[in-house]
Amino acid sequence: RDFNERCAQCSEVNWGLTDGGRFYCRSCHSVTERTREVVNTDFVSNTRIHTISKGLRKQKETDGGCEWYVCEGFQLVLKKQAEALEALGVCPQMKDEILCNFWRCYLQKSKQAYCNRPAGETIKALSVCQSSTDMDSEPDRPSVLHLLSLSESEGDLQTDCSFVSSTSKVSESTSVCSGSVDGSLYLMKNRKETLRMTMPMTLSFCYMALLWLREPMTLSDLLRFVVEGHIPYLNVFQHFPEKMKLCGLDLKIFCVESWPVYEEVHNKMLELAAFLDLPRFPDITDSCFLHPDMLCMKYLMEANLPDELHNWTCRVVKKICIGEADFLTLVPGNKSTRKVKYDVLAVAVIVVVLKLLFLLDDHYEWLLSDFAEERNKNNKEGGLYFEFQKWYKVIKCSLDVEQKKLDEKRAKYLWRCEKPLFYSAKKKSKVLKRRQMVVNLQNQFGKLSGSVQPAEKANPSSFQLSWSEENTDGSCFHGHSLKGILQEKCGLLTAMNPDYWLCTVKLCTEKSCGHLAHYREVDFPQSYHFVLRLFSFLLRIEPSYIHDEVCVIEHKLFNKKLCKKPKYNTSLRK
Amino acid sequence: SSHEHKLNFKKSKEVCLSYIQDAVLQKQWKRAAEFLTFYTESLEKDFSTEYMGPSEMIWRIGTEILCHHSHSSMKEFNSFIEQMKTLGIKRYLKVCLEHAFHLLCNGLIDEAYQNLSLAESWRFGEQTAIQDKEMKLIQAYRGLLDYYRWSKQKNILLEHGQDGFEDLSIEQEMHNCFRKAAVNLKEIIKIPGVWDLFVKCYVDLLEFYGDHNEARQVLNEYAYDSKFPANPNAHVYLYQFMKRHGESKKSLISALKILHDIVPSHELMIDFNIMLQKSKKRKKRQLGLEVIFAALDYAGWKENVKAWSCLARQVKQIVISEKHLDWIKQEWNSRKDWWPAFHFSRYLAKRNWQENESLSYEKALVAGILLGKDCKYFKYISHQGCKAQVKRFRILKKFMNKHDPVYLRLSS
Repeated sequence: RDFNERCAQCSEVNWGLTDGGRFYCRSCHSVTERTREVVNTDFVSNTRIHTISKGLRKQKETDGGCEWYVCEGFQLVLKKQAEALEALGVCPQMKDEILCNFWRCYLQKSKQAYCNRPAGETIKALSVCQSSTDMDSEPDRPSVLHLLSLSESEGDLQTDCSFVSSTSKVSESTSVCSGSVDGSLYLMKNRKETLRMTMPMTLSFCYMALLWLREPMTLSDLLRFVVEGHIPYLNVFQHFPEKMKLCGLDLKIFCVESWPVYEEVHNKMLELAAFLDLPRFPDITDSCFLHPDMLCMKYLMEANLPDELHNWTCRVVKKICIGEADFLTLVPGNKSTRKVKYDVLAVAVIVVVLKLLFLLDDHYEWLLSDFAEERNKNNKEGGLYFEFQKWYKVIKCSLDVEQKKLDEKRAKYLWRCEKPLFYSAKKKSKVLKRRQMVVNLQNQFGKLSGSVQPAEKANPSSFQLSWSEENTDGSCFHGHSLKGILQEKCGLLTAMNPDYWLCTVKLCTEKSCGHLAHYREVDFPQSYHFVLRLFSFLLRIEPSYIHDEVCVIEHKLFNKKLCKKPKYNTSLRK
Repeated sequence: SSHEHKLNFKKSKEVCLSYIQDAVLQKQWKRAAEFLTFYTESLEKDFSTEYMGPSEMIWRIGTEILCHHSHSSMKEFNSFIEQMKTLGIKRYLKVCLEHAFHLLCNGLIDEAYQNLSLAESWRFGEQTAIQDKEMKLIQAYRGLLDYYRWSKQKNILLEHGQDGFEDLSIEQEMHNCFRKAAVNLKEIIKIPGVWDLFVKCYVDLLEFYGDHNEARQVLNEYAYDSKFPANPNAHVYLYQFMKRHGESKKSLISALKILHDIVPSHELMIDFNIMLQKSKKRKKRQLGLEVIFAALDYAGWKENVKAWSCLARQVKQIVISEKHLDWIKQEWNSRKDWWPAFHFSRYLAKRNWQENESLSYEKALVAGILLGKDCKYFKYISHQGCKAQVKRFRILKKFMNKHDPVYLRLSS
């Protein structure tokens, strides 16, 4: 950050940002009255971003474009994303203060702006698409293919027909072009030294900002909104101004060819927070949306499970101390603590509770369900007892329908947009012709699709499944009672189920194989798999992620028992 | 489970393609069209190294959909195909050819002809040489259409000729078509392959213009050139040609002999047997017996009266002459285990009698000789026939009584 004044109290220059966007001295914790100016992140020709002595932006002669740097592109992306989030109901502070401050901090730390350019590093303004004459003399300039292979971008852009085909030779006189000034330099940078910005990382930035503000949006929500198109990500370069021409290596940087992956975004976010030297994030307390008590309630509702289960999730949370602010709050850079994925944690708690109460061994839960059914038949008054079988039928039906819809959406996902991308001017006409043909074919076969309505973009909603008690078909289980499966012992309500089986007897070390446990559907009861599948669908992550978390929770919960016995049983008496 | 929550471009197009394939298999054309709409953008990422890339997929699947979809028209189809032609240069001629086929199947012969002519004039650097095979096919089919035109004009002329009209322009056009057709047809049948239709047409042309030598040479090569795949029809054509031109029995027989070797169940085997029975040479007559037995090995011949009458005639003649019983024995040896159940069961006896008296007569005769008069088949038929007081059955019964011991000698 460019705030370099000395602290009035302790004369240090060590500033952080409060929630309110004020500067505070990290050494003595005194807060100043200085606040961040609201930054206008509009793209203008003489933006202040570049304090490097480069002179005024040059207007490119030929195609009406102008010079632009890769980080400016990302800045635009972030701006668009923040605006979209604001439209979804996130507070404006996120865009105006938090996100842009994070971004500026990043620019400064990665030495792309707000700093003196370190000695020796110069930006080689590589010529853009049109000119190609002065290329031959650079002996150490990397070849096109080399640069293409360097980038860790997801898709196989190399074989894109708008790119130079991998079979044809790339002559030295082909301009290593990019619309941006530093496109090729950007890709050459060593990732480890400076956390290089990528498209998935924009989502990490967003999530980090959301987390800082403790907004009621989980990472899985965020990523789902991205896939559903409510947040710009795919083809976001469409929104770049006309003057910013994209071509060549820019495509490698800004074009996305896969859905963002939860793990990747989350890990990058942690890396980013550490890289930016951020202080401890604002505390996650039990009134926060991200607190497991809150999230469990949300997911219980969405999974159409009885409200009474919430007592149990709270009990588990308390017992293993995962409701503590110290456990939940993110402290960047602290490698010893396992970082919390709030949504995964919450659903894992629910799964553990279901196992505690219903055992889920493909036998006991059905037994309990039969008892409940008997009781419900004979006793019409008083509330209904929760029947696992009924719940299973209702949920399976809905889940199958939704999964089928999702599968079709995956098949129908459109990746391209109207704005054409081409690697070089030579390929431009070919790319445009192809695009035209695609559009023609889409029209032709679109007409033959019958009276299929174009898929309306669904209104973004935090809940994917909803159940109403007003439905007379009895498909809502929120109000159902757990009486049938509980008993009182010593004044405390406990489960009738005396047994529990551990998902795994021993946890793996994350460092060696990347996982804490290994989930294979065939190794576990079908009811367990069903429950995992349900939450896997809601969160759009693999069942194994949830399974890992379940294992961790179980090990915390039964820690004492596990430590006591030298021989491990896979089933325990509680 | 296949419900991965990750997705990238390639995977999503693969999934899309599988939906299209399912829809096509289930003939849900609207649904197939719907998913194809989403698949088309894969053209913008054509992985040219794959065996069958997106552009070929779209061409083939799009063709299927447009062929079957209720709302599709020829005009739409044509516009689609024209786009496909520009999509892949390496496939250009193939697309043209299949387009022509499609037009022909829809009766649009002139359009097909135009297409083929246009394709014939296409040149594209080294691609022209690479797509040489397709070019030959295009020329061949155009030649075929030229023949078709020639044929039409010939018929017109023949009609007019009967009415006493003469039409020089038609005649000239006809000869033009002949020339064009002949050139192309001749070219294609040089290449080893199966060209039945082309050969027939070419031979027809040659015969009309009196060039019998050329015609015979063409047919000979088509039948006997070892480079060409074994093709029964080639021998049929040759046989028919020779028959038309009154060639010697010897040549006819040699042509049919090969046919018998390749396709013992061919319909011409009856003609063959009749020819052979008449022959003065013993070996030929024996061959005739062999031929007719072999034909009747096939289920399709079971109820063929003509075939049975040929066999019956020949075995009867052998029995009466008491010469060459060993021929029958030789043929019967490999068949005595299964022919009784196959041809001469009691069930078949009843059925044959009900449905076809002549059939049952001929078969009874054969059965009687091969299995004796006490066999199921003969007994039943003979009984029925005599009961119905049909003369020939009485004669047959007498005949069997006289020659009864024969079968004993056959079965020993």
